[in-house]
Amino acid sequence: MLERINRAYKQIARATTALGRRVNIMEVCGTHTVSIFRAGLRDAFPEGLKLLSGPGCPVCITDHGYIDTVIELADRDDCIIATYGDMIRVPGRKGSLEQRTSKGNIKVMLSAEDVLKLAKENPAKKIVFVAVGFETTAPATAVIVNEAHQQNIKNLFVFSNHKLVIPAIRALLSEVNNNIDAFLCPGHVSVIIGSDAYKPIVEEYKKPCVVAGFEPMQIIDGIAEICKQLADAAPAVSSVYPAAVSKHGNKTAQKIVDEVFDAADGYWRGLGVIKQSTLKLKDKFSSFDAEKQLNINCIPEEDLTGCRCGEVLCGLIDPPQCAMFTSQCTPDKPVGPCMVSSEGACAAWFKYGRRRRHRQ
Amino acid sequence: MSGEKILLAHGGGGRMTDELIRNVILSAFGNSTLNKLTDSAELQTNQNNICFTTDGFVVKPLFFNGGDIGKLSICGTINDLAVSGAKPIALSMSLIIEEGFEIEVLRQIMNSVAKTIKEENVKIVCGDTKVVEAGAADKLFITTSGIGLKLPKAKMGFERISAGDKIIVSGTLGDHGMTIMSHREGMKFETEIQSDCGSVAEICEKIIDSLGENIKFMRDPTRGGLAATLNEISNQTNYGIEIDENTIPVHPSTRAAADMLGFDILDIANEGKVVIVISAERADECLQICKQCKNGKDAAIIGQVIKTDEPIVELITKIGARRIVQMPSGRELPRIC
Ligand code: SF4
Ligand code: SF4
Repeated sequence: MLERINRAYKQIARATTALGRRVNIMEVCGTHTVSIFRAGLRDAFPEGLKLLSGPGCPVCITDHGYIDTVIELADRDDCIIATYGDMIRVPGRKGSLEQRTSKGNIKVMLSAEDVLKLAKENPAKKIVFVAVGFETTAPATAVIVNEAHQQNIKNLFVFSNHKLVIPAIRALLSEVNNNIDAFLCPGHVSVIIGSDAYKPIVEEYKKPCVVAGFEPMQIIDGIAEICKQLADAAPAVSSVYPAAVSKHGNKTAQKIVDEVFDAADGYWRGLGVIKQSTLKLKDKFSSFDAEKQLNINCIPEEDLTGCRCGEVLCGLIDPPQCAMFTSQCTPDKPVGPCMVSSEGACAAWFKYGRRRRHRQ
Repeated sequence: MSGEKILLAHGGGGRMTDELIRNVILSAFGNSTLNKLTDSAELQTNQNNICFTTDGFVVKPLFFNGGDIGKLSICGTINDLAVSGAKPIALSMSLIIEEGFEIEVLRQIMNSVAKTIKEENVKIVCGDTKVVEAGAADKLFITTSGIGLKLPKAKMGFERISAGDKIIVSGTLGDHGMTIMSHREGMKFETEIQSDCGSVAEICEKIIDSLGENIKFMRDPTRGGLAATLNEISNQTNYGIEIDENTIPVHPSTRAAADMLGFDILDIANEGKVVIVISAERADECLQICKQCKNGKDAAIIGQVIKTDEPIVELITKIGARRIVQMPSGRELPRIC
């Protein structure tokens, strides 16, 4: 262990010397963010390394328009909302789903399969599935759409806001003033998409992309690997999580997603519209498409709250630089979504980010 | 009575109430005091101070791996007394039952209560039963109160804690919270994790008997977990606390579940554990006593009280780094993926 930590320190030092400045590594995924904080890595690494928390939590990047629309549907008597737990607390412009749960038609789902069950049990209601998440949760949504199609289920409607990681990385890198030197890529997502998915990023932008699992030692290895590539000016795709992540990923999952969804331009809270970044149901499945069937009008809109989530997600500021951090915005009363999910950058900073003081 | 359901009439105070109480409750754990069904129980005590506590239990699901709402409601109250340095002697139990609840299920829960109080050598001496309309409560709520006699050697309090004192936990952390959570999440390793729902009375009594005022403070880390307990100690005493992740006992299945759902073990509820602050010189002895007790075999010394310029709890992580352990805030929700 000590050996691996020392290796990381050595590579970080090499990288800072090679670049002649601080190294900025973005962990795309919120699970990494939390794991880094929890293991105390943020304080343990030398000053020359800066870790940026990226947009890797589906809750954090869900915009007001989407939440508002879900709330509108929740207010309708003919609908039952099926959602994953974290979503119920995300504030839209008119509050959050949690504030409407007393009506009893908002059901927290533990898995996509339960949504199908809910639809069968409530034939007289329209079941609206709040389908969020990255490549990791999209296959499960695709499976239930497929099954609903085969079983001729008529009352299931998917309101898809599934997002893709690669277009987001691209968008971050095309920001002119981005300060990202490399990406620590998420284990879960990469199990599905495969490490080769990052190849175009490395080729086009010359930024190292290293896949790591969520164990602290893997994160340390990943950071060492990134710094080595930076020091040697040899950016590449690699994985320190080889047992779980293959080059090509999970073909079965990819296939079912391809069968059910098309990539479309989509809105990301804080980041704006990103081309080909959101999964929408194919025309073949349009009878399950909430947006087409339920007469809803989802207007994405820039956040009006003064929340600086966008800058946090791009790695431009740390959460404490937002004026609302810990004053108006806390996990009990989140203003922006980054404070809602336990993996949101602001929530992680709130919980773990306080610097320690010295012993007497 | 198999197949029978709780009806509103079971709460009406008439014959059906009487039958329910006699057939389901008294038959499970009646005793000469309770059987009188008087309005209040008369108890005889000696010179000791009396400790008194009460708690409501609304756990979902009612049955979980390692326990059920009945056992939980007894152990919870016993533990509140035990960590205050009192020997539990008598409990009360109040039931709020939703109309339609299966009597057979109630019977199972009452049998579990009976088993637990027998093991713990306490009596339920008074109680109350209410039935509410369907929808007005979620199946079954239990409130238990308890009184205990303060052990003469118990001298505990925040003010007795000082720098250098050691922190002991009586076993693996997070088991109850993760059992309940993974049950709700429908996770596969559900069966491998077991709630620690149980009593710490034996541990508390034995260590106080042997170590007296060397035991500075005890608390059962229920909601908010170890993180909340240690933060409270730190805040109340103005000392810092330093704990070492490598020494904190955690069951591997509980750890796996917590990792999967994105929870921090230190924040997770326990229902059969005690956190002990003990003077450094006697810490090893205390640990040995814990280990000999039925519910203390995994006990460990996990850290110490230190002087810092600010009352904070710090964790030395597995990889040797340090981070602050905050008071848990808000309701924790499992992550999406
Ligand atoms: S929800 Fe999934 S992609 Fe988002 S932070 Fe968690 S693990 Fe990563
Ligand atoms: S602290 Fe709150 S308001 Fe500020 S960026 Fe974070 S989530 Fe948004």
